[in-house]
Amino acid sequence: MGLLSGPETNVAADAGHVDPPPRMGFFTDTSVCIGCKACEVACKEWNAIPEDGLAFTGWSYDNTQELGSDSWRHVAFIEQPVPDGDGDGRDGVRWLMASDVCKHCTHAACLDVCPTGSLFRTEYGTVVVQEDICNGCGYCVPACPYGVIERREEDGRAWKCTMCYDRLGDGLEPACAKACPTDSIQFGPLEELRTRAASRVAQLHVAGVSDARLYGHDPADGVGGDGAFFLLLDTPETYGLPPDPVVTTRDLPAMWRYAGIAALTLFGGITAVSMFGRRR
Amino acid sequence: MDPRRWPVYRQLTGGDRLGRGAAARSERTEDLRPRTATADRVVKSVCPYCAVGCAQNVYVKDGRVVQVEGNPDSPVSRGRLCPKGSATLQLTTGPSREHRVLYRRPHAAHWEELDLETAMDMVADRVLATREATWQEEADGNRVRRTLGIASLGGATLDNEENYLIKKLFTALGVVQVENQARLCHSSTVSGLGTSFGRGGATMFLQDLQHSDCIVIQGSNFAEAHPVGFQWVMEAKARGATVIHVDPRFTRTSALADLHVPIRAGSDIAFLGGIINHVLQNDAYFHDYVANYTNASTIVCEEFQDTEDLDGVFSGLNRERHYYDPRSWRYEGMGTVSPASGARDAEYEERMHRISDSGHSESHGAGGPALGPGTPETDPTMRHPRCVLQILKRHYSRYTPEMVQRTCGITPELFARVCDALVRNSGPDRTSAFAYAVGWTQHTVGSQYIRTASILQLLLGNIGRPGGGIQALRGHASIQGSSDIPTLFDLLPGYIPMPHAHAHETLDSFVVADSAQKGYWGNMRAYVVSLLKAWWGDAARPDNDFCFGHLPRLTGDHSTYTTVLAQMRGECKGYFLLGENPAVGSANTRLQRLGMANLDWLVVRDFSLIESATWWKDGPEIETGELNTRDIATEVFFFPAASHTEKNGSFTNTNRWLQWHDEAVEPAGDARSDLWFMYHLGRIIRERLAGSTAARDRPVLDLTWDYPVEGPLDEPSAEAVLAEINGYGPDGAHLATSSQLRDDGTTSCGCWIYCGVYKDGVNQAARRKPGSEQIWTAPEWAWAWPENRRVLYNRASAAPDGTPWSDRKALIWWDGETGRWTGHDVPDFKLDMPPSYRPDPGATGPMGLSGTDPFILQADGKGWLFAPTGLVDGPMPTHYEPQDSPFDNPVYGQRRNPVRQLFPNPYNRYHPSGSDPGSDVFPYLITTYRLTEHFTAGGMSRWSPYLSELQPEAFCEVSPELADARGLEHGGWATLVTARNAIEVRVMVTRRVRPLRLNGQVVHQIGLPYHWGPNGYSTGDSANELASVALDPNVHIQEVKAFSADIRPGRRPRGAALRTLVEEYQERAGITATTGTEV
Repeated sequence: MGLLSGPETNVAADAGHVDPPPRMGFFTDTSVCIGCKACEVACKEWNAIPEDGLAFTGWSYDNTQELGSDSWRHVAFIEQPVPDGDGDGRDGVRWLMASDVCKHCTHAACLDVCPTGSLFRTEYGTVVVQEDICNGCGYCVPACPYGVIERREEDGRAWKCTMCYDRLGDGLEPACAKACPTDSIQFGPLEELRTRAASRVAQLHVAGVSDARLYGHDPADGVGGDGAFFLLLDTPETYGLPPDPVVTTRDLPAMWRYAGIAALTLFGGITAVSMFGRRR
Repeated sequence: MDPRRWPVYRQLTGGDRLGRGAAARSERTEDLRPRTATADRVVKSVCPYCAVGCAQNVYVKDGRVVQVEGNPDSPVSRGRLCPKGSATLQLTTGPSREHRVLYRRPHAAHWEELDLETAMDMVADRVLATREATWQEEADGNRVRRTLGIASLGGATLDNEENYLIKKLFTALGVVQVENQARLCHSSTVSGLGTSFGRGGATMFLQDLQHSDCIVIQGSNFAEAHPVGFQWVMEAKARGATVIHVDPRFTRTSALADLHVPIRAGSDIAFLGGIINHVLQNDAYFHDYVANYTNASTIVCEEFQDTEDLDGVFSGLNRERHYYDPRSWRYEGMGTVSPASGARDAEYEERMHRISDSGHSESHGAGGPALGPGTPETDPTMRHPRCVLQILKRHYSRYTPEMVQRTCGITPELFARVCDALVRNSGPDRTSAFAYAVGWTQHTVGSQYIRTASILQLLLGNIGRPGGGIQALRGHASIQGSSDIPTLFDLLPGYIPMPHAHAHETLDSFVVADSAQKGYWGNMRAYVVSLLKAWWGDAARPDNDFCFGHLPRLTGDHSTYTTVLAQMRGECKGYFLLGENPAVGSANTRLQRLGMANLDWLVVRDFSLIESATWWKDGPEIETGELNTRDIATEVFFFPAASHTEKNGSFTNTNRWLQWHDEAVEPAGDARSDLWFMYHLGRIIRERLAGSTAARDRPVLDLTWDYPVEGPLDEPSAEAVLAEINGYGPDGAHLATSSQLRDDGTTSCGCWIYCGVYKDGVNQAARRKPGSEQIWTAPEWAWAWPENRRVLYNRASAAPDGTPWSDRKALIWWDGETGRWTGHDVPDFKLDMPPSYRPDPGATGPMGLSGTDPFILQADGKGWLFAPTGLVDGPMPTHYEPQDSPFDNPVYGQRRNPVRQLFPNPYNRYHPSGSDPGSDVFPYLITTYRLTEHFTAGGMSRWSPYLSELQPEAFCEVSPELADARGLEHGGWATLVTARNAIEVRVMVTRRVRPLRLNGQVVHQIGLPYHWGPNGYSTGDSANELASVALDPNVHIQEVKAFSADIRPGRRPRGAALRTLVEEYQERAGITATTGTEV
C-alpha cells in the first residue's frame, strides 16, 4: 500500500483519524440525469458560491462549462447523432447529461502538494479545502488530474466541492444529492455505492444498454479509485473526463529517489573535485 | 492558545505524521456546524414555483431565513427540489427584491417613494372614483350592477386565501374583469376534462404514475417543467413502464423516454384521433368499461350531422356570426338545455351565443354540463348507427396512419409503435397514463385537445384506475387553486358560473339553468346559497334571494384579452397586476403595454420591478418611439409583495392538494402579503362608504369583512379565511363535508369543493404525516378536493359488480359485509351505494345515478366520449389548423376552428395560411415553451443570479437544415418576424429539432423559450411579442404553441426601424384587416 498511489483501504485512518466512519462518496448515475441543474443551484445556495457569469455558450444547455472555483457541480450536455430507424432516413439524437463534481480521490494530488495543510483528508475520506488556511499558492491547481480545483479571482484562494463537510457532520446528505429530483446523484458509504453501481450497470446491460459503464469506481486505477464515481453511457472523453487519470504525485517517490541520487552524485562529484583539488 | 492544538504538535503526537488529515484540521474546521443545525426554527413550507407542490423546510436564525431546502416527509417530492426550488433562498432573501412602495406620477420620467399608508389611501380613492365614473346599473335593459372600468390580473402565484379575498372584494365592488394566469395556462383543461368527466382537475396524482405501465407525455416537457414530479415517471420506468414523449422537439424529457415521437406543432388532435381510430378499428377498446362507464351506447338525435357529412364542421354552425347552435348535438330523448327553464323565445339563440361567449365551458370544473329534462335513449349493444360508439367510429375513420403522416409528419412505423404500446398496456390488468401541460391547452382548439385524450383514455379504460388517468401538469404554485377559488371572470368559487345578465335574473332561474338533474351537481342550489351566506352573512336572507342580486352580471366575454382591448379603447381605466407580468407573459405583449399606456392608474404588486411595472420609462415602445414617457398619463403604483416564507396560506397543487405553508418571518419594509393588501384595501373602502345609501354600495357594506388581524403588521388571519372557505353549519361548527350544505341559508361555505379542509376545526391542509409512514395514496398528507380523494372517479377501478378489474390494479371495491366502498383511496362515490343500486325513474341528485355510474358529477354519470353539450366548438374533437399555419388542413376542407375567437385589430394582424398568397412570407412554425432554469414570465427567475447564469440569454432552437437554409449561425443572432412584431434571440443549432416531411412539404419548426424581457438580471426579447391573440372560444385561451413566422440571420433593427421591418413583412404578405378571419 503506497501513500501516494495504488489501492488504499482506509484513507481516513491513514490520515490519522481514529475510528473513522465509513468512507462516504457520490455515485452519479447519469442514465437517470434529467439535466435540471438542481445540483448546481443547491450547491451554490448552500455554500454561498458566487454567480460566475452570464455567458451563452451554445454548448447545448451547458452554460456552466466546467468545474471551477465557482462551480462545484457542473452538468455536461452532449448531443449525439444516433440511428433511430423511424423510417424517415434521418438520424435521431441522443442527449447525454451528467453532473460532474470533485472526485475526492483516494490519492489526491491536490492534498499531497498543499504546502499549508489547507487541503486535508476528512474522517469521511473526503478531500476538503480549509478556507481559513489556504494562502492561495495555487500548487493544487495543476496537481489535479481532473482540472477540478481552481483559485477564485476575487480572493485568490482555492475552492472546490467539500462534499458538504459541514452537513455530513450533522448527519445530513450533501445539498446536491438531497435536491437531485431523480436520484441521479446518490450519496452514501462508498462501499455500498460501489455495490449498488455494479448491479445498476448489470441491470442496464440486461436491458440492452450495452454502453453503460462505471468510471472512477476502481481502486486499482491511477488515483486509487474516486470517492465520487459515475455511471456513464459513453466513453469518459465524451463527457470531458480524462480516460485514465493518474494522480500527478504518483511518481513523486521515484522523482525524489532520482533527485536524491542526482544530489548524491553531485555531492560526491563536488567532494571528489574538492578532494582532488586539495591534493593538488 | 493551547500549544496542544497546534497542528505541528498534533502531527508529531497523533497518527497523522504526514499532516494530511486529522492533524491538519483548522480552528474553523473544528467549529464547523451546518446552518441547518444552528437555526432557531424550522418552518414548514411549500415551494412557490410550479404546481408539483414540493415541501420545503425553511430555516430561520435571528429572525432571518438562512436556508431553504426540501422536506423529505413530503410524499410527492420526498425532499427533492429542482433548480428553481433550490434557488428559493435567493428568491426570498436576495437583493433584487424591492421593499419600498414606488409611485410614478402621470407623465413623470422617474419613480418616487411613497409611504405605504398614503399609497393605500390613494389606491382606495382611485378605485372608488373610477367605479363611480364607470358604474353600469344596466346593460341592454338588463340589470348588471358592475363596473368595466377596473380590472385585475393575477392569483396563480398567490395563496387560496388571497384569491378568495380578491374575488370576494372585487365582486362586491362590481368588478367583473378579475382574471389570472389560469386563463392563459389551463382554462381549456377545465373545459376539456370537465365536459368529459365532470371535474376539471387532473384525474390522478403524481405518485400514482409509478403504477403506470405506459406513460405518454405529450404537450408537456415534463422533465424540464416539473422535474421533481418527473421522479415518478422514472419510478415507473424503473418498474418496466414504457415512456413515450410526443413533442415537436427532442427535449430533456425525450432524452429519458423510451421513445420520442417528433410531431408537427399544432397537429395533436390528428395524432390522438389516429390512435382512437386504431383502437376502434381493431376492436382494442376495453369493452366492459366502455359499455358500462361511458356514453358509448347513448343515442344521439337525428338532426346531428358530423364533420364527415359537412367537410369539417358540425351541424348548427352559424357562419355569419361564428358560433354553433348545439341543439342538434343532443341525446335522443332529451329536451334541450336552455338558460331560462326550458323557455324558447325568439332571443334564445342570441342568448345561447352570449352565454357561451362568457366562458361557460369553464364552469364544468366541478360539475358536468346540464342535460335538461328527459332520459337519454341507449342501445346497450352499441350497434345503433346513431349511438355514440358508432358515431365516434365514423368520425375518426379518416384518421388513418397515412392521414397522421400527412398531418403530423409521423411515419406509420413510429405511429404504430405508440398505438401498440398503449393498447398493450391497457385493459383489466394494465393501465396507461397521459401527462400533458400547456403544449395542449394553448391552442384555438385547446379544449378539444384535452377532449381527444379524454376520449382515448375512456376507450382504453384508463380513467379512475391506479396508474391510469390524465395528469394535467399545472405550472404555478396555486394555479389549480386560482381556478377552484377563481380569480376568473366567468366563475364563482367551486366552478359555479358567474350569473349572466340575460339569463340569471333570480337565484331560481340561475340554479334551474345550470344545475344538473342528476348527480352531485344537482345540489348546486345549496352550494350557491352557502357561498352567498359566506360573503354576505346575515344580510343574505331567503326573502332577498340571499343577496343573489349583489352579484354583478356578465354580458359576454370579459376575459383578460378582451379587457386589454377595452383598455386601448379607454373603457377600462384602472388595473391591478397581482403577481403577474403580462408585458412578457401574455400573447402579443405590445398590445398589453399599449393597453396599460392608456390607463388612468395601474397597481403592480410583485417582488421586483418587472416589465409590467416599468414599460412607461423603458419598454420596447419607448425605444421604437411609439410611446413617449412624457405623453403617458398612467399613474403607476408599485407595491412590494411578501414572499411565501413571509405569510401563512395554502397553495393547491396540480393534484388538487391544498398544502399549507407557515410564515417564517415578517416581510421587511413595505412588503406585504396580498391578503394584507386586499383586506386593508377593503377595510379602507368600506370605511369610506360607511353610511352610503347608494344601492351599488350595499354589496360592499353588507360584505362579511371582519377577519381577525394579528402581528405587528395587522396581518389578517389566513386560517380565519380558510375556515370561512370551509364553511360553518347552523350551530357555528366547522363543516366536514359538502353533503352537509343546505339551500335554506343555514349553512355557509366559501367554496363548496373545499368544504372539509377545516373539518373538526383542524387545518387539514397543514397535515404533514410523513409519506414514508403511510400507504402510497398518503391520505394524511395535506388535503385533496374533493373530500380528500386522490384518484378521481375511482369507482371505475372496480368492475360494475364492485370487484377490482384485477388484483394488480385494485384501488377501491365494494365490501358486501360492511355495505360500503373501501380500499386504498377515499371512494369517489356515495359510500353506501351498492353496485346493484338502480334509481327510480323520477330520482334526482346523487340518488338519480346508479351504482355503476363512476362519473358522479356528470348529469348521466358517464364519461363522455361525445359531449352533447358543454363546449361551443363541437361535440367531438376534430383536427383544425392553427390560426397562423403554413398548411392547409390535410383532414378537411374546413381549415381552422370555425368558431375560434379573433381580435382583428391593427395591432393584432393575422397571417395568410396554407395555400393562400403571402403565406410563404411566414414559412416556419414557432412553438414556445419553458426551460427548467426559468419560470414563466421571468419575475421569479430572471432576477436570480443562480438561475440566470444557467440560461443567461433568450435563444431559439433550429435544425441544422433550417440553419443552412437561412444562413443562421450557431451562437449568433437571429431575428424572428411575424405580423405583430420582430424580436432577436441567440441561435442554438441542434439536431434535437428536426425538419418534418408531411403532405409533400418539409416543415421547419423553431423552438422559442418565452421567459425573457428587457428587465432583470438576465434580459432578452420576449417570445410573446410575436404571438397573436387568437383564442379557444370555450375559455379564451391564446394560441402560442403553434404559429407561423419568418427567421433571418442577424440582430433586429433598433428604434423606429423595427416597426418598419414588421410593416414591410405585412405588406409583402398582403395582410389586411380581414386576413385570416374567414370562418
